[in-house]
Amino acid sequence: MQVASRKFDVLVIGAGGGGLRAALQLSQADAKVAVVSKVFPTRSHTVAAQGGMNAALANVRPDNWHWHMFDTVKGSDYLGDQDAIEYMCRAASHLVYELEHQGVPFSRLDNGKIYQRPFGGQSQNFGGEQAARTCAAADRTGHAILHSLYQQNIRAKTHFFDEFFAIDLLQNGDGGILGAVVLEIETGEPLVIEAKTTLLATGGVGQLFRTNTNAHINTGDGMGMALRAGIPLEDMEFFQFHPTGIAGRGMLITEGARGEGGFLVNKDGERFMERYAPHAKDLASRDVVSRAISTEVREGRGCGDDGDHVMLKLDHLGREVLNKRLPGISSMVKTFLGIDPAEQAIPVFPTAHYTMGGIPTDRYGQVVVPIEQGEEPVPGLYAVGECACVSVHGANRLGGNSLLDIVVFGRAAGNHIIEYLTHNRYHQPMKTDSIDQAMARLSRWDKTGAGESVVGLKQELQAIMEKYCGVFRKEDVLQEGYNQVLELEKRLQDVRLQDHSKIFNTARIEALELENLVDTALATVASALNRKESRGAHSRIDYPNRDDSHWLKHSLYYKEGYRVDYKPVRLKPMTVDTFPPKERVY
Amino acid sequence: MTSSVRFKIQRYNPEQDSDPYLKEYVLENIQPGMMLRDALLKIKQQDETLSFRHSCGEGVCGSDAMNINGTNGLACLTPLSSLKQPIVIRPVPGMPIIRDLIVDMTQFFEHYRAVKPYLMVNDPMPEAELPQTPEQRDKLDGLYECILCGCCTTSCPSFWWNPDKFRGPAALLQAYRFLADSRDQATDERLQDLDGPYRMFRCHTIMNCVTVCPKGLNPTKAIHHIKQMMLKDMV
Repeated sequence: MQVASRKFDVLVIGAGGGGLRAALQLSQADAKVAVVSKVFPTRSHTVAAQGGMNAALANVRPDNWHWHMFDTVKGSDYLGDQDAIEYMCRAASHLVYELEHQGVPFSRLDNGKIYQRPFGGQSQNFGGEQAARTCAAADRTGHAILHSLYQQNIRAKTHFFDEFFAIDLLQNGDGGILGAVVLEIETGEPLVIEAKTTLLATGGVGQLFRTNTNAHINTGDGMGMALRAGIPLEDMEFFQFHPTGIAGRGMLITEGARGEGGFLVNKDGERFMERYAPHAKDLASRDVVSRAISTEVREGRGCGDDGDHVMLKLDHLGREVLNKRLPGISSMVKTFLGIDPAEQAIPVFPTAHYTMGGIPTDRYGQVVVPIEQGEEPVPGLYAVGECACVSVHGANRLGGNSLLDIVVFGRAAGNHIIEYLTHNRYHQPMKTDSIDQAMARLSRWDKTGAGESVVGLKQELQAIMEKYCGVFRKEDVLQEGYNQVLELEKRLQDVRLQDHSKIFNTARIEALELENLVDTALATVASALNRKESRGAHSRIDYPNRDDSHWLKHSLYYKEGYRVDYKPVRLKPMTVDTFPPKERVY
Repeated sequence: MTSSVRFKIQRYNPEQDSDPYLKEYVLENIQPGMMLRDALLKIKQQDETLSFRHSCGEGVCGSDAMNINGTNGLACLTPLSSLKQPIVIRPVPGMPIIRDLIVDMTQFFEHYRAVKPYLMVNDPMPEAELPQTPEQRDKLDGLYECILCGCCTTSCPSFWWNPDKFRGPAALLQAYRFLADSRDQATDERLQDLDGPYRMFRCHTIMNCVTVCPKGLNPTKAIHHIKQMMLKDMV
């Protein structure tokens, strides 16, 4: 089949902060860049990030990048790769200043410097007093950053393919990547984008769970493409449940709400975090706070008629602080709950939020796969942001580190690609069988007739994941979940579309997304089932302790044979001493 | 609220329809607190051919602008209980329809790009942040929060009449967002770009933009400020 084709130096898939930061670096270096996004760029989910971005600017309290590094390693429950973490924390201040220069309207201190607020898991002096490290634009920091990065890309004349959906990576048959087949959503026409390098920046997969803080679009498309190309996913069992999603609905209430002085109470009005984290209290790491809330509810101290949530109190902060520092969540709570947070507490519960795992990369953003000894890069393929696992978040991400992750590694990948292009000047010959394979994935949905519906299967998948792979996990429960997702994978063959129009067929896009969801669900449950310890966000009731002697290693899940393998954690930083695993208390 | 809600939704698929038409739907088992987006997703479960854009579900991504009982708004921020039945849903007006509630936003974004919506600084950048006082930063409140949903521009009669020449309220709000930024050094260039009979001066302060903005922003006021800056520039 003949498919239209375009050629670029770099294909960036995804237009959130990671993709746009990389694209900006590349466009400014005069590389020919195509950014493909299934939504208009400013609809990407970076836009919903609220609280801020960590960097040791020390504008409010003493700070330095090494303390930030320690907190990140500890937050990761020692599963993070310490070279990548050092790189990120060292780069942080520079990247924040750069964003500011690019126009991000950060909130300001009286002295004209960028406003910083305390966030969970932050300390001064390697575990001492609370730090204030999170640079914020009120509680709309992601919006401010995403829009500024898009605007700078307009200035840099980046090519945008808005509302194009990536179907599959193109492979040269020798491990290398040649671009991707994409679908123009408006016309339903496929397009081959040939590229010397391809960067995946497709975000996380929060839609795996029924109640989540994520947008409809967060369906793990890049992760699915990587799996189908034979690339494993790393550490997928580590899924972050944010402590404060609006109970039953899922909208995010930023950790900045607690950073500004808010706190959680149970039905007795007790500030229960004092029991779970005597020092950091409500600003302990997210995994710790989410487990505490779940425990309160399980032990009968939840609030409401069904005792199924706890309350987040902000009313003591005063209207001025709420208007100035937390205007976005204040208005959201009014819209969705009819509650004025200046007067009433907000019902919250841990809600699926962030994918710590993803496509394995090194600190240059190169996708890496294991070989006999160590690992090697996949020629021409990069990944950054939530779809990637570099791994700076390990078993639990600190709040404020995801916006940092995307700009640091977006830029690093951009720089590495520029270097790569100087040594790889020409496009490789295209492989038509790779194009045919991607087209088969698309044409499978042309089948007509009766069958199960996409949305029905998706809702079932989300319910299974929530029930069998939530905050607390256990062998038999995970096994049942795994069996059910496998069953669902079989049933996927019998799903049929009723809408076969070519023009802006959103049902077809959702079908392609569902395939990605099923693959990433299997990666998540299989990795969780195999990891017989508790670490960070992965809490096993049957294995309640961290077990460094057996499990200080990264999981790698392969689609072929549903196989789970492992690779070592990079404990050696770039220049400083290793932070050896210690007991993790807050 | 009654247990069932009636809808009339504009449908159009260029592959099979010569003209747009209204199709009726009834939704049962309405949950309290349900938003219009939730309802449209339930309708899409009955009829997956119904097409509309949506994503974050909380009013920050700007995808699901539509015309709801005659007024532009975001489906995700509109409670069903606030709407008179039958609820009539159409695409936002004044734009070419691609399919159902999905319009071609190309023109809208061309105007956005045309106002140079990025910070321009000519001086060498300092090693740290460009300083800005809280008062200077406050001037950006009510401007930078725009989500580019297009509710304002597509409700503006001046834009309907001159969609190729009048920048429209959303783009002009962004033009002022950078004029108002103490860090920006391209004031003269920006003001010159907006001069002439159409780009900005087609605004006749009809103020539909202010009425419909789901984020409570005020493009008319921003346009007024730009005019004042131009006037000051002239004298």
